[in-house]
Amino acid sequence: MATTTTALKGAGPVTGSRSFLAKLRDGDEIARLITLLFATTVVLITAALVWELWVNSALPRQKFGFHFFVTSVWDPIMDQFGALPFIYGTMVTSAVALFIAVPLGIGAAIFLAELAPPRISDTLQFFIDLLAAVPSVIYGLLGVFIVVPLMRTVIYPALNKPFGYLPIFKGPSYGVGFMTAGIVLAIMVIPYIISVSREVLLSVPRDQREAALALGSTRWESTWKVVVPFAKTGIMGSIFLALARALGETMAVTMVIGNTPKIAASLFAPGYSIAAVIANEFTEATGDLYLQSLIALGLVLFLLTFIINGLARLLIVVTTQKGSEVGG
Amino acid sequence: MKRFVGLAVGVLALCAIVLADNALLINGAGATFPYPIYSKWFDVYHTKNPNFQFNYQSVGSGAGIKQVTEGTVDFGATDGPMNDDQLKAFQDKHSGVGILHFPTVLGADVPTYNIPGVTGALNFTPEALAGIFLGKVTKWNDPAIAGSNKGLTLPAADIIVVHRSDGSGTSYIWTDYLSKVSEEWKSKVSKGTSVNWPVGLGGKGNEGVTGLVKQTPNSIGYVELIYAVQNNIPYGSVKNSSGNFVKADLASVTAAAAGAAKSMPDDFRVSITDAPGKNAYPISSFTWLLIPQKFQDATKRDAIKGFLNWMLGEGQDSVETLSYAKLPKEVVAKEKKAINNIQ
Amino acid sequence: MSNGRLRWRKFLSNFMLAMTGVCAFVSVLVLFFILGYLVFNGGTSINWDFFTKLPKPVGEAGGGMANAIVGSGKILLLASLMGVPIGFLGGIYLAEFSGKGMASVVRYAADLLNGVPSIVIGIFAYSLVVLPFKHFSAYAGAFALGMMMIPITLRSTEEFLKSVPRMLREGAMALGASKWKTIATVIVPAAYRGIMTAILLALARVAGETAPLLFTAFGNRFESHGWSQPTATLPVMIYTYAVSPYDDWHRQAWAAGLVLLGLVLIINILARTILSRGIAVPRS
Repeated sequence: MATTTTALKGAGPVTGSRSFLAKLRDGDEIARLITLLFATTVVLITAALVWELWVNSALPRQKFGFHFFVTSVWDPIMDQFGALPFIYGTMVTSAVALFIAVPLGIGAAIFLAELAPPRISDTLQFFIDLLAAVPSVIYGLLGVFIVVPLMRTVIYPALNKPFGYLPIFKGPSYGVGFMTAGIVLAIMVIPYIISVSREVLLSVPRDQREAALALGSTRWESTWKVVVPFAKTGIMGSIFLALARALGETMAVTMVIGNTPKIAASLFAPGYSIAAVIANEFTEATGDLYLQSLIALGLVLFLLTFIINGLARLLIVVTTQKGSEVGG
Repeated sequence: MKRFVGLAVGVLALCAIVLADNALLINGAGATFPYPIYSKWFDVYHTKNPNFQFNYQSVGSGAGIKQVTEGTVDFGATDGPMNDDQLKAFQDKHSGVGILHFPTVLGADVPTYNIPGVTGALNFTPEALAGIFLGKVTKWNDPAIAGSNKGLTLPAADIIVVHRSDGSGTSYIWTDYLSKVSEEWKSKVSKGTSVNWPVGLGGKGNEGVTGLVKQTPNSIGYVELIYAVQNNIPYGSVKNSSGNFVKADLASVTAAAAGAAKSMPDDFRVSITDAPGKNAYPISSFTWLLIPQKFQDATKRDAIKGFLNWMLGEGQDSVETLSYAKLPKEVVAKEKKAINNIQ
Repeated sequence: MSNGRLRWRKFLSNFMLAMTGVCAFVSVLVLFFILGYLVFNGGTSINWDFFTKLPKPVGEAGGGMANAIVGSGKILLLASLMGVPIGFLGGIYLAEFSGKGMASVVRYAADLLNGVPSIVIGIFAYSLVVLPFKHFSAYAGAFALGMMMIPITLRSTEEFLKSVPRMLREGAMALGASKWKTIATVIVPAAYRGIMTAILLALARVAGETAPLLFTAFGNRFESHGWSQPTATLPVMIYTYAVSPYDDWHRQAWAAGLVLLGLVLIINILARTILSRGIAVPRS
């Protein structure tokens, strides 16, 4: 880029042997330094965040060590804190969410990528992007007033009467609980699965499909047995992205999960998630161990989402690159 | 260029709105138990004294204690008095300055429930309440409950317990009572603003618990009296230490405070649950404002002292409309003297 | 190949493809259902009072959310002023000035920041801005939201700047412009649409955030003056009112939800139409 400096005003000699002050008079250098300053600010903020989380969660690390992750007692009076109920609740609600969202999302993505004419596909995608933009507190609002009564009046009877002997469907109906939170989360993460899967499916080279059709497969067979496996890694990536979103979700979950730090096998039981307990108890945690245990939970959540986001990105990049390498 | 000018004008206009009023803002946070009367009081006080705005956030006693200790709010509010450790923590953070408790009203925790078909008041014995909240009494038609309610048919439905998910003085009052009437509760769970509940759902604030009970059939929760009254949900009577089933109301709550009125300690921290007296409601309590002993800002200090004086006089006249009981005369007199301790 | 088998495969094909159509339409229908429900429940509660009055004491009907609407506006404005310049200028650095090493470090940090759950950002803002200054404030809330805007702004600025055609760059330099002049007068204006879109999308995303505001802006019964007082905001009011037992508060929560959703959707639609009418640039 700097090969034509001799033709430019005020550029001076090519090599950097000018004094710092002389460089400073050059507008380019100032611009570089200013933008560098802001770029480093980003790095500093992130580093500070991780640092604060680590340092401010030292007490439970010292006191409980690894047991913090496998103890299920959360007792502020006895100063006993265990992260297991919250990790369990976070996992279960996310699992329920994915169980519902993945088939629906992939199905919708297949439709948008393979079947729908481009105009319709783009319009529908536009609406799905809007769905992704709905704030989480609004999902919570709808969860409290629509999903909870629905759970009590329709879903619970439908599942508990015929299947009540199964541990996951046992027990009374509270309205709130793991399953309710899972359903609300499912609605929140479907757009992520759809948009990324659709892009990934669209990037599968045409010849793959055409080869399958030429060999006599039906549209569905070519899609399901050729195109989707080709895009498999990217679709996995979209699922990880959705998972990361579900794990970190706070408001919608705390409004419908029941806020009970207990591990229960039944999906209809109330539970708690990491983000929800932090939101409820952070401003009132008296005592350093209590507060730091909450921050330790925050650190756990952060690490979880970090790993899963990283995996997601990797999987998606690999697939789209694969698509552009192989033919097409 | 035009865009920038427009933006600048907008920002300036915003600043104008923002800087318009000069009222002094005093921030407080804490108990949801007295929130209805506090929000009324601060509203009325502001119309009488437009120079002062008391911003009270109902976030639970636990958060009230924490935030006033951290110094992020000017005063706190709690129905579970600060224990000695918490008082010490406050002093440590404020270089030796202490914090004072000022009782404001008398209120009651009532057992409120939502049982389809049952609209009247149920009778609860202490054993029944402890059993329900320990998770040992699991159905509404259990003899422990049915025994005291012979005229009613209770369903064979599972009881859904609702408690507080946040650090709560209302919880403190409830668990304080249960610890007094049940040895098992005392050893298993004990009392506090945040306990390890054996069973139940968590609602945020008195508001959240009321909301959950209102929407969940066959549920039971504990809330301050006014929340049950304002939302038209039934609440039960509780058997007191003299053996009578008493419903919470002005008379029974005032009766519970009668003994404490005479022997109120200087720091005003006292528990009146399970109080003696044949008409006393056993789950009553004072609720307190937490005021630091020293203020840097003299205007703030005077504003708060002014409010406290008003609260002890005119303020007390409006508490009964919201179903809280007035403070006993002896307590009011003692508090008025204590206000001088705020520097 | 037997005819029966072929018929079955064809039937399966049509059936499964029809199912995918159902999936797609159900997903889109959810959006319209949400909108419709909010309009139905919130629309009737939106009146002049809602926008102009302060909240009433507990249990009394009436009042509005004037302070929360203004509060949200103030915090979003300040958040943009904090987050956008950092993201924008950092993006310029990545696109125009940086070497490979520094670039990957900055990008990595931005991606890390982007993935942080919003409640954790709230914790960070509380320890950094609320505790040391000893009060909840609008600027603490703005700090939390501003930080969330940085990664999107940074990455998008970088991508859109990079996608500006070389010809424009080289043309400017051939005419004797210095690097920073080229950036300021040629490249950034060329990428303007894309960058604007990204900023609007970042804004829409943080406009609905509740969790970080719980411990930073806290809440205020009154209008908050200046930037250093606790401030009421729409999302937090919705949360508080929704979990309460008062029907009047529920009504107001719906109305606030409608206003908030309307705001977020309008910003989104605006952003996407700006982008679609601009220079074709790769999706980030």
